[in-house]
Amino acid sequence: MPDHLFVGKSVPRTIEADKVTGKAVYIDDLKRPGMLYGKILYSNHAHARIKSIDISKAKQLEGVRTVLTGQDIPDVRVGFLKDQTVLKKDVVRQYRDEVAAVAAISPEIAEEAISLIKVEYEKLPAVFDPFEAMKQESPLVHEIDARGRPLKSNILPLPWKFETGDMEQAREDSVYTSKDTVSTTWVNQCCMGTSGCIAEFDQNSNLTLYDQTNVIFGHIGRITEYFSQIGLRGKKIRVVNPVVGGSFGTKLDTDIYEFIAIQLALKTKKPVRILFDREEEFQALPPRQPAVFTIEQGCDKEGKLIFRHCEAILDNGAYTSWGATTPSVMMMPMSSLYRVPNVYFKATCVYTNNIYAQAMRGYGNPQATFAVETSMDTLAEEAGIDPAEFRLINRNRPGDQTPMKLKITSCGLEECIKAVKEKLNWDEKQGKQNGRGVGMASLIHVAGGARVTKSDGHGIMIKLDEYGHVDVIESGTDQGQGSPTVISQIVAEALGVRPEDVFLTFGDTALALWDAGTHASRHTFMAGNAAIGACAKAKRQILEMAVEQMPKIIKMGLKRKKRKDPEFVEPDLDFGLIANPEDLDIRDRMIFPKKEPDHPYFNLPLAQILQNGLLVGTGQSKVVMAEEFYDPPTEMLNWEMKGNLSMTYAFGASGVEVEVDEQTGEVKILNLIAAHDVGKAMNPTLLLGQIYGAAYTGVGYGLTEEIKVRNGRVMNPSFRDYQMLTAMDVVPIEVVIIEPIDEAGPYGAKGVGEPGLVPTAPAIANAVYDAVGVRITDLPITPEKILTALKEKK
Amino acid sequence: MKKVSVSFTLNGNTVTAEVPVTWTLLKTLREYFELTGAKEGCGVGECGACTVILDGEAVNSCLCPIPEVEGKSVTTIEGLANEDGTLHPLQEAFLKNNGVQCGFCTSGMLMSSKALLDQNPDPTEDDIRTSIAGNFCRCTGYVQIVESIEMAAKESK
Repeated sequence: MPDHLFVGKSVPRTIEADKVTGKAVYIDDLKRPGMLYGKILYSNHAHARIKSIDISKAKQLEGVRTVLTGQDIPDVRVGFLKDQTVLKKDVVRQYRDEVAAVAAISPEIAEEAISLIKVEYEKLPAVFDPFEAMKQESPLVHEIDARGRPLKSNILPLPWKFETGDMEQAREDSVYTSKDTVSTTWVNQCCMGTSGCIAEFDQNSNLTLYDQTNVIFGHIGRITEYFSQIGLRGKKIRVVNPVVGGSFGTKLDTDIYEFIAIQLALKTKKPVRILFDREEEFQALPPRQPAVFTIEQGCDKEGKLIFRHCEAILDNGAYTSWGATTPSVMMMPMSSLYRVPNVYFKATCVYTNNIYAQAMRGYGNPQATFAVETSMDTLAEEAGIDPAEFRLINRNRPGDQTPMKLKITSCGLEECIKAVKEKLNWDEKQGKQNGRGVGMASLIHVAGGARVTKSDGHGIMIKLDEYGHVDVIESGTDQGQGSPTVISQIVAEALGVRPEDVFLTFGDTALALWDAGTHASRHTFMAGNAAIGACAKAKRQILEMAVEQMPKIIKMGLKRKKRKDPEFVEPDLDFGLIANPEDLDIRDRMIFPKKEPDHPYFNLPLAQILQNGLLVGTGQSKVVMAEEFYDPPTEMLNWEMKGNLSMTYAFGASGVEVEVDEQTGEVKILNLIAAHDVGKAMNPTLLLGQIYGAAYTGVGYGLTEEIKVRNGRVMNPSFRDYQMLTAMDVVPIEVVIIEPIDEAGPYGAKGVGEPGLVPTAPAIANAVYDAVGVRITDLPITPEKILTALKEKK
Repeated sequence: MKKVSVSFTLNGNTVTAEVPVTWTLLKTLREYFELTGAKEGCGVGECGACTVILDGEAVNSCLCPIPEVEGKSVTTIEGLANEDGTLHPLQEAFLKNNGVQCGFCTSGMLMSSKALLDQNPDPTEDDIRTSIAGNFCRCTGYVQIVESIEMAAKESK
């Protein structure tokens, strides 16, 4: 018998056929009876005092059901550091500050009403540069903290610091050292489906929130807290996911627009939908966190890393969302990408009057890896060692424990680096600086969950009906990664049915158990392990049922045969073969004895057993239902920022060959090799899709993408002006899959959602240097920057 | 708001819409006919999520004023599958080859590529990329979309 029927196979996404026929219902398509349309008025100053808001004309407009300002709703602070309110009533601190909101019977009327609101501001001094903002004389973005205590500085009270070893000694011991300052900018997640939600209260003030979040239970926690402060303590909150049009980090926090929709629904007693337009998505959605790193490394004369020292400054913007927590992930590549015994990393988040930031695919890792991998190249050059060889010398190995106390189980980094070298013809091409160049970068990322909250659990419930259909209630969400297909493969494999027998319900807090969130590349790993556990329990129930039902069915069958054909001689069957659940197995919808899988009589359809088990009468009828709540034995980071927060880690390397036009500064990618240690490829075609997509976003990060923020204002809030790659930007990409079957993973798999993005931009930067001898340390690597650097070099 | 009555062929059926004169084809499809397959990704003709086929050409329906549709023929994603319910080779290929991830761009991608294959059953990779140049996707890097269209072109032969 083959090992696996479905796992490891490129099962098509037939389960998602609604997406190719226009039937899939996104938040844009969802309407509730009596639904109103909400719209938000934003500030048009970076820092100003609100002198007055006149909503009288907006209120009078026909079709408007309510107009809210900060005066109309409880003055409750929300957000990670509770540093903002839902509607701002005294001071605005960034251009996107929410000042008023409208609910109307149509989007057009809501929009018109917004244009009728008049706000008078008194401008306040603003600060847009985090280094300026750290100075004593800088204007304060916030005068007081969440508890009302006066603030003296724009520096956030988030002491992100990691320290291990003896830095002074390490510096002394180093034969070669390098120092670089690199910076990364704001990048929009560019989900094709814009942000949106529908808030709806029932008569008893319980809330249903149709919402695209990928942390459905996190929403409940935050909204519960909010409810407790607005007179709705104890009310039930249900979060329901429609089909989600991309996430890439945007749906991790509960955003202000979601609280506004709740307030509008509360006030009007109607369902209210807020749906961002594209301009709003660029201006009012927190993007990827920008950062500036000063990184130093040192190595011995053989090229072994001795220390890494890095200080980062993060422009926090005016408020705090998950962007300010990205240093917790930056610590991972800083401390654990390559073997390095002495590490110092400090990140300082600084308030400015810029837009604030949150998560995006990689969660700080792309920024930090850009710093580490830039430094790896400059130090390799300093030491006179080939950059690929330098990486191999310092590579992580299976069984390592890193300074951050990450326990490296399986690790295919060596294979990945070697694959990149071979595919790029590295030894022949590297070091020529003839307009063509090669560069590489590696990555480490969590790939077996990420214990960032006290539970990193994931629950799954499965039940079977009497026809053999399997309902799976998944506590995670699907934002396009292909989980419906992959989880159906796992369930089919583990339970003995077919993927088309599996029906998944994602993203409904009323039905599902609990989940820490579909983030941190954790879904296949966590849901896969939970599914395997739940299937084992369900299978046991089925086989217990089979032990009772099989002999009856078989004997009845023989009797029937005998009745029809008196000549039929009943075979002498050994019912001992099917006497215990342990002796039976299920595969491809059939139940059979393990010892004789092809037994001519003891092979019965699963559905028949389920029907007989249910329709047995006499108070004995049974159904099959099982759950598994998988919470892995991982650790939260301790006060030293150490702990094994994931069951396993993904490794990979990207290699890029570029051609740089010295006249125009244009970079052309001739070849991109993405080599990834994925544990086990659960569905090779879907896996490729994750890596291709992530790598492309990485190319955009490296070469083109930048939210241009000038004096706090987003200057390019459209696809015309924000340079996302299109189908015309051909990047020849080859993916190399390394499968070191990880013991902790479902069938050996590791998470893979984010890794493809992480090393791409630094690999490009390193290749550009190899091509023309200029190092661009400020993303994105635009033609202007290359030309300027070339001019300076001459 | 002044309304206008517009008659046209929609996925093979003759239809008449009475909608405000300022409405676009996209708005009419989504709000009047409740065909929500075409999506509004930007509303200004930059992302292609709203692509439908108008008299054989792939167009951004968000830019198309409804009066201009009078007497014309519109095919949307809802009209792409065969009448017997089986999927068009493009739809099959997108499912098989992971040409769809989050799916938000998919309707537009499929309609752009359908218009291409109708006009050019044997397209080169460059033809394919050009046909979807106005359809943005964040999930796939376009690789498996291009491959899916190539696959469908082969299947259709």
